[in-house]
Amino acid sequence: MSDATSDPILDTIKEIIAEQLDVQKEDVSAEKSFTDDLQADSLAIVELVLALEEKFHIKIPDDKVDSIKTVGDAVQYIKQNNAG
Amino acid sequence: MITPLGLDTEQTWEAVIAGRSGVGPITKFDASELPTQIAAEVRDFEPTKYFSKKYLRQMDLFIQYAVAASYMALENAGLHEDRPPAERTGVYVGSGLGGITTIESTHLAMREKGWRHGISPYFVPALIINLAGGQISIFQGFKGPLMSHVSACSTAAHSIGEAYLAIRYGRADVMLAGGTESTITALSVGGFAAARALSKRNDEPTKASRPFTKSRDGFVMGEGCGLLVLEDMDRAKARGATIIAELVGYAANSDAHHVTAPSPNGEGAQACIRLALEDAGVSGDAVGYINAHGTSTAADQIESSAIRQVFGAHADKLQVSSTKSMHAHLLGAAGSVEGALCCLALQRGVLPPTINLDDPDPSCDLDYIPHEARRVEVEYALSNSFGFGGTNACLLFKRAP
Repeated sequence: MSDATSDPILDTIKEIIAEQLDVQKEDVSAEKSFTDDLQADSLAIVELVLALEEKFHIKIPDDKVDSIKTVGDAVQYIKQNNAG
Repeated sequence: MITPLGLDTEQTWEAVIAGRSGVGPITKFDASELPTQIAAEVRDFEPTKYFSKKYLRQMDLFIQYAVAASYMALENAGLHEDRPPAERTGVYVGSGLGGITTIESTHLAMREKGWRHGISPYFVPALIINLAGGQISIFQGFKGPLMSHVSACSTAAHSIGEAYLAIRYGRADVMLAGGTESTITALSVGGFAAARALSKRNDEPTKASRPFTKSRDGFVMGEGCGLLVLEDMDRAKARGATIIAELVGYAANSDAHHVTAPSPNGEGAQACIRLALEDAGVSGDAVGYINAHGTSTAADQIESSAIRQVFGAHADKLQVSSTKSMHAHLLGAAGSVEGALCCLALQRGVLPPTINLDDPDPSCDLDYIPHEARRVEVEYALSNSFGFGGTNACLLFKRAP
């Protein structure tokens, strides 16, 4: 359980981030900040949010986006809101 | 340069001198419902040679061409390593139609998925015309004047001319200037077809762009980008730059006549050519080569007669070609690709031909350098660009000192 790579949600998010931000998947981990570590600007974050919404069939309202600062925050949010 | 004839300047030049056509069946979308099913497409462009794939979704193809061309232009000018001062370096890059590919695909996605998931946050910056230059300034770090001139098929010539004025006015020492276009899409090909402007010679694509012939039946759409590096002459000499040619004259005017047709006797074009000669202080008799606008439409005759009016008896000594017979009509990028070809013609002493001139129109009565390039040294070369809306631009280049 402590092995982060075995978390399927984290793994899927890593894939999406690697694709959209053109970074290596192994460089993405739960503690990484989207803006500081992964160099995502405000538009890239919107694009990521939309990709996560489509992938996980959830809605991330704009006023919740600010609280998602790290990859781990995104995993947390999806786990709490994923109806499936 | 990125053109239907090649992915860089040398490939394009080689094809132009060999008289090759870049026209073929449209592959970028299903054109089977359109009367025109041919175009000159850029083939095998690899944007990730120049920037990360993450930018592909952030930039329409016309911007990708421009950013890629900026790297090549700076490299060719010897400025990639030896960077000019950022504040003294500007970017004037225009486009005729801009991100129409992105507009079309996003409109379809919006209808399918709604606005939230159908429209990318990058939609606006991916399509607006000034982001071609904007992205170049960001990638290259240039902080001088940055703007986009939009004047249909005169766009690139205006961009170059205005960049030349910016240097003359002392606003910059180095300018990256030209036009970029990527409009081989259902809506834009359909739009020009709706205006009855395009050739329908679908069964003979390489013969379709045939300026100055009796059988010409409209222009062929092309795509790509041409960028010139303009540099203050003293600065260029001081750093020992290889100077390809000198831009010595520029003029811009308008017909005030019609949205698509030129004024009947080409008065606007005549005046524009005269103004460019005046700007340079050069007599018409000194001009050796003209890269004509020559789109393979009815306007070819008007341009030919305008040239005859301006140059008088010297018109019989002029050598004129339309390289659109090969690379087709790059719309907002036409003037910079053709301007660059003029510079190379001056530098290398080779004049590009007009291909497909199998059945010359008797009412077009100049020497159009039919079929084959000619080895001739000329001192001055003129590049003509005339656009929808009656907007004209002429550039006069001189062989490098």
